[in-house]
Amino acid sequence: MSNQTTPATTGISVHTGHVAPLNQANVDTDQIIPKQFLTSVTKSGYGKHLFHDWRYLDLHEQEPNPDFVLNKPEHQGASILLTRENFGCGSSREHAPWSLDDYGFKVVIATSFADIFYGNCINNSLLPVKLESSEIDTLFEAVAQDPACQVIVDLPQQEVRFNDQVIAFDIAPHHKNNLIKGLDAIGQTLELDSQITAFEEKQPAWKY
Amino acid sequence: MSTTLYDKIFQAHIVDEIGDDALLYIDRHLIHEVTSPQAFDGLVQKGRKVRRPDLTFATMDHSISTRSLAIDACGPANKLQLQTLADNCAANGIELFPVGHQKQGIVHVMGPELGLIKPGMTVVCGDSHTATHGAFGALAFGIGTSQVEHVFATQTLKQSKAKCMKVEVTGPRPLGVTAKDIILAIIGKIGHAGATGCVIEYCGDTIEGLSMEERMTVCNMSIEAGAKAGLIAPDQKTFDYLEGREYAPKGADWDAAVAYWKTLKSDADANFDIVVELAAKDIAPQVTWGTNPGQVIGVNQPIPAPENFSDPIDRDSAVKALKYMDLKAGQKLSDLTVNHVFIGSCTNGRIEDMRAAAEIAKQGKVANHVTAIVVPGSVAVKAQAEAEQLDKVFLEAGFEWRLPGCSMCLGMNDDILGQGDRCASTSNRNFEGRQGRGARTHLVSPAMAAAAALAGHFADTRDFVGND
Repeated sequence: MSNQTTPATTGISVHTGHVAPLNQANVDTDQIIPKQFLTSVTKSGYGKHLFHDWRYLDLHEQEPNPDFVLNKPEHQGASILLTRENFGCGSSREHAPWSLDDYGFKVVIATSFADIFYGNCINNSLLPVKLESSEIDTLFEAVAQDPACQVIVDLPQQEVRFNDQVIAFDIAPHHKNNLIKGLDAIGQTLELDSQITAFEEKQPAWKY
Repeated sequence: MSTTLYDKIFQAHIVDEIGDDALLYIDRHLIHEVTSPQAFDGLVQKGRKVRRPDLTFATMDHSISTRSLAIDACGPANKLQLQTLADNCAANGIELFPVGHQKQGIVHVMGPELGLIKPGMTVVCGDSHTATHGAFGALAFGIGTSQVEHVFATQTLKQSKAKCMKVEVTGPRPLGVTAKDIILAIIGKIGHAGATGCVIEYCGDTIEGLSMEERMTVCNMSIEAGAKAGLIAPDQKTFDYLEGREYAPKGADWDAAVAYWKTLKSDADANFDIVVELAAKDIAPQVTWGTNPGQVIGVNQPIPAPENFSDPIDRDSAVKALKYMDLKAGQKLSDLTVNHVFIGSCTNGRIEDMRAAAEIAKQGKVANHVTAIVVPGSVAVKAQAEAEQLDKVFLEAGFEWRLPGCSMCLGMNDDILGQGDRCASTSNRNFEGRQGRGARTHLVSPAMAAAAALAGHFADTRDFVGND
């Protein structure tokens, strides 16, 4: 089994890593990346500010909060974030998946995701995995018992595997395909240029 | 087959069908400085152009000062972001309403007041409160920056069909109960994620009785219930609001448009995936007590006890929220000292909101320990309020009267709260740290916010408006 993201071009295939357990529901995008970091005009450099308010005791990010999961020695280097329902609720800021990705997360496993955040993950090759609440509990327990527990997230097979457990997950076929192939969504749509033009030509002028 | 309003708008915009997805045409694209720069960059990297700059409108709202018209008033990072928007709009032929422009305002206030939003349109913006525009019977939703780039390049978006939830509010609205109270009560009932995966259609005689601005307040917070969008079927009020506005159709075009707009409603026997019903008589002025908008109570209800929540996740969330908000179960809201009041935002920054707040403000003075700011949602709102001398009412009562922008709703400028501050806010999110690290936000209506400013604690607006 691969010990890192299998490079299927630029897409995602099978990822193996260990887990940072964030045992909280309704984690909003203001928590993932607070507003003071949204003034940047680039997509990079957000990882150090990820979960800023929880992760640091001071405004200048000099004093890590020892109680926060990402600061615990046993969860250093985690590449899979495990959390609970309604993850990524709130603002549409794509800075949220940019900051998770920049920190080093490849996969987020949750009971459910807010809609805009979910789409933003797909568009940034960050794999969102939805599992049942009881399955999430099992994974939290496994990580509590062994923080170094290796978890395999297999997108082609749509499985999460750890210890002797195999848990299947659902994902829309087009999302799966785009993630695996790392496709350029805009490029795909531009191939439909003639249909778009035909649609435009049918619209009455008063419409806009 | 019977269809919903959502089905009709969705169907009318399908350019192509791709498996279970549709490629939808986007009629209106609104942009601002925070979520667009990386999208413009993406275009440049791939050598692509904005397909329909004529359907795209830009404003500056999030990162601007409410004390100064200078774009460097909030520091070099904000200035760079604002300048980048101006440069990108100039390079791509997009009309921009910059700071100081008479059409500038919060994107969701500016769009409707110019008549840019019409029934049956698809409307997107890199901003979750795009749902506001559903008040016109437009399918309007927030998108991420990758999608902003997709709309720039193609004027389309790939979309799966959402579920449809009907929220029906019926009966006469009690005195002192505002549109903000209605939407907070709805979110309280269905929960902060209650409409995830859904488009909500609001209906019922209470909703029909709302003004266009009140409908915008309701639709605005659809995202706080987890919904993709909120919709209200257009009616005569919608047409009356639009008629004569700058970007509304004129003459024969107006007649053709209205004829089409009148067809935009759910069929009587249309099937909804979920139906939620509320009686307006059961709604009191609302105040959030927790750290998500679903954690809300009537102004005279005690702060709830975590053990009263049956769902273990709700119970755990309540424990965390009470700790962050420094509250105890059983406390009365009228015992909570408020030291900041914010009146404004895309939820409650329109002229009717200014009037409602002024109606209370003229009855007293802001309490000594309270800092209260009023931030109109646009230059047009500010001008109208000043024509009605509402600014004088606020200033005489001890409120600050600021320049238009998003301001303290999210504090991307210098309108931020400090550790432990407690704020009665007319904005839309009470998340931890939303208005400043360690600050405590309670979401309320403009009237409730003004009442809290005068009383120095939460107060029931019905004690101010009387029963006449």
